[in-house]
Amino acid sequence: MKFKYQLLLLSLLIISIKSVSAQEIKSYNFNELEPIFHYQNDTTYVINFWAMWCKPCVEELPEFEDIRKDYTDKKVKVILISLDFGKNTEDRLLGFLKKKNINAEVVLLDDPDANSWIGKVDKNWDGALPATLIYKKGIRKVFTRQISYDELAGSIDKLNNQPN
Amino acid sequence: MKKVLILGLFIVAAIGIQAQGYQIGDKAKDFKLKNVDGKQISLADYKDAKGFIVIFTCNHCPYSVAYEDRILEIDKKYKEKGFPVIAINPNDPELYESDSFDNMIVRAKEKGFTFPYLMDETQDVFKRFGATKTPHVFILSNKSGEYTVEYIGAIDNNYKDASQVTSTYVEDAVDALLQNKKPETTSTKAIGCGIKTKG
Repeated sequence: MKFKYQLLLLSLLIISIKSVSAQEIKSYNFNELEPIFHYQNDTTYVINFWAMWCKPCVEELPEFEDIRKDYTDKKVKVILISLDFGKNTEDRLLGFLKKKNINAEVVLLDDPDANSWIGKVDKNWDGALPATLIYKKGIRKVFTRQISYDELAGSIDKLNNQPN
Repeated sequence: MKKVLILGLFIVAAIGIQAQGYQIGDKAKDFKLKNVDGKQISLADYKDAKGFIVIFTCNHCPYSVAYEDRILEIDKKYKEKGFPVIAINPNDPELYESDSFDNMIVRAKEKGFTFPYLMDETQDVFKRFGATKTPHVFILSNKSGEYTVEYIGAIDNNYKDASQVTSTYVEDAVDALLQNKKPETTSTKAIGCGIKTKG
């Protein structure tokens, strides 16, 4: 009986740890988030600006998820930056991502003075959603429209094949 | 080889898109678009206007919705001073049903729009302006039917909360123009929903 109880406690602990590590969404202002656009390591970063209400953004989400899975061992990091706002944004996001089976890293950018930061993401982005930035060290490419798996893969492969 | 060609085409297309559209100081061409009341509207209809606050906006986009009340305020304040708001929905309703002409009529009634809400049916006007998202503002001055682009960008510096705004870009620009001055800030970057088009 006692053993069973301990087992139950242990499994509860494991479950709670797992659920915390599975998905948690943090909210940032642009200054806090800015370093992710300028890492100088040998990883290729794929950073997508999106929102749940944005149809083309939602359509392309599975492509990013597939990239994340297919490039797990290839020094590629996918980060999805949500610009959602309104009530219970974090909870709505978690539910949405679960339903869509998206396990890529998602962060919330909550910084309503957009003019102050759009240009700092990339000089070629004018603030229209969706938008995707792919970079490795100093080499950057920005897509200011919906993007396909093949386009993502093509850009990533090109950057990954750059001599370090 | 094929890949290179495709990439090349993309680059050409991207450059083409960027090269299009008005810059500050450009002369803007008049247009004729259908309003929610069924009438065709042109800038030339406003003989006494000192200028226009042209806003590409729509029904479905949360940024546009967040700005609706502020756009109403701006129209109320500046229409009588000679700078009316002209709202244009640039989206292809086949891609976003809520942006259909019928739904524009519904939204204009619900919110009591005091300004024309026009449909860019052929999607030529937004392309000529170089609008890329909603909401996206172009302020024009009017010298006897010659329209000059004076400001391009955002309405203000807080899309979420009107009470937290500290820079009213559009109002500042129009105030300057009303005093026959050039706006101090002529362009800002607005966040917005990419305009929906099939090509």
